[in-house]
Amino acid sequence: MNTLNSYRLRLSEKMSDLTILSPDTRFKGLLWAAALVVPLICVAMLLSLISDSALAFDEFGFFRFVFSSQWSYSQGNENYGALPFIMGTLESTFLALAFCIPFSLTVALFVGEYYSGRKIATLFGTITDLLAGIPSIIYGLWGFYVLRPIVVALGLSDQGSCILTASLVLAVMIVPYAASLSAEFIKMVPAELKEAAYAMGATRAEVMRTVVFPAAGSGIFSAFILAIGRALGETMTVTMLIGNTNQLPTSLFSTGNTMASIIANQFGEADGLKLSSLFAIALILFAIKALINLIGKILIHRAQR
Amino acid sequence: MENINNTILEIRDLCVAYTADKLSVSHVSTDIPRNQITAIMGPSGCGKSTLLRAINRMHELYRGIQVSGELLIDGQDLLKINAMRVRREVGMVFQRPNPFPTMSIADNVLAGYSLNGIRLEKSMRQSIVEQSLKSVGLWNEVKDSLTKRGTFLSGGQQQRLCIARALALKPKLILMDEPTSALDPIATTTIENLLVELKNEVSIIIVTHNMGQAKRISQKSLFMYLGELVEGGSTEQMFSDPADRRTKSYLSGNIG
Repeated sequence: MNTLNSYRLRLSEKMSDLTILSPDTRFKGLLWAAALVVPLICVAMLLSLISDSALAFDEFGFFRFVFSSQWSYSQGNENYGALPFIMGTLESTFLALAFCIPFSLTVALFVGEYYSGRKIATLFGTITDLLAGIPSIIYGLWGFYVLRPIVVALGLSDQGSCILTASLVLAVMIVPYAASLSAEFIKMVPAELKEAAYAMGATRAEVMRTVVFPAAGSGIFSAFILAIGRALGETMTVTMLIGNTNQLPTSLFSTGNTMASIIANQFGEADGLKLSSLFAIALILFAIKALINLIGKILIHRAQR
Repeated sequence: MENINNTILEIRDLCVAYTADKLSVSHVSTDIPRNQITAIMGPSGCGKSTLLRAINRMHELYRGIQVSGELLIDGQDLLKINAMRVRREVGMVFQRPNPFPTMSIADNVLAGYSLNGIRLEKSMRQSIVEQSLKSVGLWNEVKDSLTKRGTFLSGGQQQRLCIARALALKPKLILMDEPTSALDPIATTTIENLLVELKNEVSIIIVTHNMGQAKRISQKSLFMYLGELVEGGSTEQMFSDPADRRTKSYLSGNIG
């Protein structure tokens, strides 16, 4: 009798466990389900990039695809390679970075050190941040109708659409990212370190060179890595300004295409092998950008410690 | 009045104001004796650190701080010459040890030279590093790790490294702003003993919260209260028979 009762009790406990989930458990389940959607979309996107690019990689082989500068599609003889676009992307990105470094460092020093805490710094910082929020189509339009004619007038290029023009506008677009993050790291340099240097008779410039930049250096470096990440994938502005030709760029003044801009240019009219090649370029861009962002995040994490 | 030759620094009518309506250091005049330790005591907010930081012109790094008066070192007014030169002649040691984290131990000692753009020959560098570290009793502890970062040292060692860094520039005067308040008792004792030895090479002004410390190591004491210099004189005299009742009540633990 006793045994039977205890059996019943255990059974009813078991049943209630199964049927009535506590509100807490249900909410947690909901949270999990909703949160899982984001990584799942990411994985799904990656999977479709991989499967849709398979045709191109099978046809040309990974290395031949990456290192071939052919992009020809006369009927019956299709040859696609990503090198012109990889080079176009790298050239425009690093040229933009070169233009961006002096300006963003200056703004960062201005906002983060020299006028830190003053109204003028807040104003300059806000305006710089505002640049980050301007839609890229506006940069493109401005670049096309204002900057491009200047490049033509200077005799740098016949059409004005070239790697240089695209890079100049890209540089303006990434300055806010590099500048505001760098300013944060410059602000984080402890006052006691700066005072230690001042107390030994250092001038302000010497304090910047020997204390502030070394202490904020890894943070500033990571800020530029993130700026590179931003420039790599920028599509609209570049498409409007780079000239959209599919050969290897021979100089800063020649036209070209980036990985993003070739896709934007050709996705609508592509099918079969060509479409798969565009997907392959997308996959490579995805990988490069993920890698750059990962490196940037790791460096920021280290710098903040 | 002490003999002028025994005075390293004459402070005359020094005032410091963070805001226009209030003097944080109010009309302070006193003499700082040469090759002695002068302690500045007083409760929090009495202006002792503010006074100290006026001497090497640190207030100029921040906006809106007004300093007036005269600071005569060998007859020359520190407030009237180039601030960078002042700071090379008047060293400073801070409350928390602050070796430069990106520099090695040796580079920290030489930081005063590299920061001022002075290039030294290798033998000169080695001798400055060795001499400075020896004078703070750190040489034997770190001579095999001179290329390691200074931040790997213990707090007390870091503070001695900071003192060595200040000494390396051969200053006439070293200002110390509660240099042991972040350290444990053993490290504090080491530094106190060190300061007593160092006073033979350099004059020292030390701001301290610790009355026992002032009594143990200083020859002259200044007591400040609400921005004013209440009294200053020989440490022995002040601790045994303070002239002002505010000093008396501070020393007996009633204020501060």
